[in-house]
Amino acid sequence: MSLTNQRIKERLIEKFGETVSKFEEPYGLLSFETPKENNLKVLQFLHDDEELKFRFLTDLCAVNYPDEAGRELAVVYHLHNLTDNIRLRFKVFTDIQQPDIFTASKLFSSANWMERETYDFFGVNFIGHPNLKRILNVDEMDYFPLRKEYPLEDQTRIDKDDAMFGRGGTIV
Amino acid sequence: MSEHQHHIKLPEGSIEKQTTTLNLGPTHPATHGVFQNILELDGERIVSAEQTVGYIHRAFEKLAERRPLYQITPITDRLNYCSSPINNMGWHITCEKLLNIQTPKRVDYLRVIIMELARIADHLICNSIVAVDAGAFTGFVYLMEYRELIYEIYEEICGSRLTTNIGRIGGFERNFSVAAFTKLEKFLREYPKVLKEFEGLCNRNRIFMDRLINTGGISAERALNYGFTGPNLRATGVDYDVRVHAPYSSYEDFDFIIPVGKTGDNYDRYLVRGEEMWQSLSIIQQAYQKVQEFKGADAEIYHANVPEYYLPEKKDVYTKMEALIWHFKIIMGETAIPKGEVYHAVEGANGELGFYLISDGGRTPYRLHFRRPCFIYYQAYSELTKGAMLSDAIITMSSLNLIAGELDA
Repeated sequence: MSLTNQRIKERLIEKFGETVSKFEEPYGLLSFETPKENNLKVLQFLHDDEELKFRFLTDLCAVNYPDEAGRELAVVYHLHNLTDNIRLRFKVFTDIQQPDIFTASKLFSSANWMERETYDFFGVNFIGHPNLKRILNVDEMDYFPLRKEYPLEDQTRIDKDDAMFGRGGTIV
Repeated sequence: MSEHQHHIKLPEGSIEKQTTTLNLGPTHPATHGVFQNILELDGERIVSAEQTVGYIHRAFEKLAERRPLYQITPITDRLNYCSSPINNMGWHITCEKLLNIQTPKRVDYLRVIIMELARIADHLICNSIVAVDAGAFTGFVYLMEYRELIYEIYEEICGSRLTTNIGRIGGFERNFSVAAFTKLEKFLREYPKVLKEFEGLCNRNRIFMDRLINTGGISAERALNYGFTGPNLRATGVDYDVRVHAPYSSYEDFDFIIPVGKTGDNYDRYLVRGEEMWQSLSIIQQAYQKVQEFKGADAEIYHANVPEYYLPEKKDVYTKMEALIWHFKIIMGETAIPKGEVYHAVEGANGELGFYLISDGGRTPYRLHFRRPCFIYYQAYSELTKGAMLSDAIITMSSLNLIAGELDA
């Protein structure tokens, strides 16, 4: 019997009960949510289990939902079971005031830079990460650019003349 | 070969052992793109390597939150700029998945032709540059002529050579002209001979083999743990190819082999890419034959019938009312994108290029994240070069096919 989304969902509920929730299958991909304290337990279970075998971390990124109080930052993991060819997505939500998430880099070496990128752009603090510093932006940057509160353009620039860009007036 | 070289044994306490820090800086003729490596060297051997990336970061993910779907295609060009049509097609296929659009077969086959040409263009550069880094410049010059021909084929279809912005959601912006097919036939006729000549120059060359075999190797388990995909993973023996695992754009209709290596060293990566070029040539032949089988009105189909999302051809915009209205609505971003979250991956030249698109029903994506294969496997570089000689590290870097645009986005 080949692995199906339904079977993965059954195994997860069997193991984690109420803590895994919001099961959906957008565009055929099983997607669920779990509290942030459980992220390593779920990853470890999906990795070690002989039936589930999610041993490839495809992607790790974050999304900012500023309107959901207490759940502003979501870290999204995309996993892939290469032998049965099934993908899965799960999310952990965290408060923006204290965005601490356990690092997955001990289990998946690929998570190392992906978590650094997530820290760089969203400010998610990965507990236990060997080298959590900015990776793509300048080290001196003191804000997290991909958060929705920050506009696309850097407001601190003094060298752009707004009159030239059709916006009227100049920045002095 | 490397077994002959021993470290000079000096008497105890005669000289302090120190390592040299070398900055293989962002601007360096041997690094193909802007990324930096700070190497700790013990003589010629690398003790550790620290990578710095981000020199060409252009904030694509932030830009994408402010741009309607068609304005995002030009930024996807600039990810892996050696094979930009694959990025463009990948993005359009992701949008089609979100919008539930089915593309007609002819469109799929034309897309396959373009994507495989892009794959050949990228592998051609990578393999010839590996030869250049090993000291053999001639092969590069012979192969670049055919990359020029591929650029001319792109130019016939979309007008641009390198950063193509090719295609539309649902198909192409215009039907392929007779000139495009003529150039394609010329390519299919002449390229195999040149590739064979290049392979004759390098593949069994004693010096080339000695430089590439047993350097920069990685085992399959470590590669999978590091998130390797594409030719670098296939060189370690894992036959994971998105075109076969999750076929898109009618790849299931084609007959091709996935070449795999054994040890994951530089030579295996070089051979895997070389063989993939032959496989791509075979796929293009099959696709071209299938395209020629469409006759009459079928041969005029070059896009799906989705006027709400397909940006119409300019000649229709100037003459037909409906096309003008749709053009206006799409350009102004007034068309409704459904709410949803989709992740779609295509087999880029470097591996699994993924697009994670979250739409909240507005005119622009809520979040777009690019799963960039180069970024993910470049982490392994320090493990690949531990204990290697400096010149081997340079070859390892070029055989990994690191494209700075894809590293940083």
